[in-house]
Amino acid sequence: MSAAVEIRGVHFTYPDGRTALSGLDLRVDVGERVALLGPNGAGKTTLALHLNGINLADAGSVHIGDLPVTEAVLADIRRRVGLVFQDADDQLFMPTVAEDVAFGPANLGLRGSELAARVTEALRAVGAADLGDRAPHHLSGGERRRVALATVLAMRPDVLVLDEPTSGLDPAGHRELVEVLRSLPITQLIITHDLPFALELCARSVIVDGGRVVADAPTSDILSDEELLGRHRLALPFGFDPRMARPSR
Amino acid sequence: MGAGHAHPLYVHGHSPIHHLAPEVKIAAAVAYIAAAAVTPRQAIWAFGVQAAGVAAAIAVARLGPRFVLRRLTVVVPFVAFALCIPFIASGERIDVVGLSLSREGLWGAWNVVSKATIGASVSILLAGTTEVPRLLTGLSRLRVPGTLTAIAAFMVRYLEVIAGELGRMRTAMAARGYAPRWLWQARPVATSAGALFVRSYERGERVHAAMLSRGYTGTMPDLGGRRATAREWILAAAASGVAWLVALAAITGTGA
Repeated sequence: MSAAVEIRGVHFTYPDGRTALSGLDLRVDVGERVALLGPNGAGKTTLALHLNGINLADAGSVHIGDLPVTEAVLADIRRRVGLVFQDADDQLFMPTVAEDVAFGPANLGLRGSELAARVTEALRAVGAADLGDRAPHHLSGGERRRVALATVLAMRPDVLVLDEPTSGLDPAGHRELVEVLRSLPITQLIITHDLPFALELCARSVIVDGGRVVADAPTSDILSDEELLGRHRLALPFGFDPRMARPSR
Repeated sequence: MGAGHAHPLYVHGHSPIHHLAPEVKIAAAVAYIAAAAVTPRQAIWAFGVQAAGVAAAIAVARLGPRFVLRRLTVVVPFVAFALCIPFIASGERIDVVGLSLSREGLWGAWNVVSKATIGASVSILLAGTTEVPRLLTGLSRLRVPGTLTAIAAFMVRYLEVIAGELGRMRTAMAARGYAPRWLWQARPVATSAGALFVRSYERGERVHAAMLSRGYTGTMPDLGGRRATAREWILAAAASGVAWLVALAAITGTGA
């Protein structure tokens, strides 16, 4: 298997002096779906911002495929890595859904019918083909989340990074998102606090705490280790037994 | 979610005017209003022709007279001001149903009312047949700097988000018993305004990161859409041309 993402010894300190990542290593293979777990402030979102060069590592290296993330290749990196932000209102900034989905591919230089085809393809992939003309603030929470996903799928990324994709979703929206993510044949890195969601989608989970990877194992093993979860401020929902749940595909 | 309609001035429709390219509509509207503005006030017939032109266009756009009249109430403050002019203006006075009014003032009032009404009607027609995003596209195609149209677009997009945040903050304050009645109780309002500013600023940073993530390099891409055809430009030039011909005829006719 070749690596879709290879992170080696990444350190990052914010300008205000707060250290977010301190020697993080992670490898994700092509086609893998990995859950990124960890308490608030562990560095998960900071890590996501390193994957497409919004943040650049102080030390260490990040590779997307065979390409190292550096200032010189940012445009290519940002095409390869699709980042879906936690708050869809941050992601959807254009006046209409179709224009928002077109924003990324238009920045890649697509125009006209080629661009329109990309928009249709991305909206169809998330089951939102009929939402193109709507204004983002008139969508439901679940629709917004799926459209936000479409805005990055339109760039045909190699790696999809999702930050807390289930937060604020109702159960139906949750179900639709699971089905959409499962249908996408690309490498996925999913930051989440939603442990059943991780188990449902990801065969492998990684716990990040204190800016480092502290556990990397099959999701069912991690969720069965209550002591490990407790040490990193993670907890299963009441009554949920990972051994009884349907294993992820 | 739970937000009111974002474009209260827009009326959904499929009329020929709805389908015109936005840049054509904006240019024609500005030219038409300018024509009405330079028409001399004595040329009552000229205003009649211009008003008939707008009314015909409104009929073609199927905006509905009640909608237009309700929107036209925006000119009421100007009308109220205009109605004062005949009473307070100086010069030759004439008797109208027992009131002594200034002749000059009456012309002044007519001038304000007629031009404001035609100008507002054209604006209502433009806004009623063109959604805000399309207006912005039109403006940028008319070479309005991209930074300005982008700022306007973000304002339109995030106004409801920020209004929603403000609403939630007010609810949170009310839920904890805050019911200001006096000026010295206004401190929390000022604090929340500051908090709202900080939140909006932080949102701006997150939106910028989201834009960079999708390859933004400093200029908004032109997302195409249909550009105006020569036929549309000719049509728009004809419509505003009539208004200008009338205006010029009135100017030469009255010797102004």
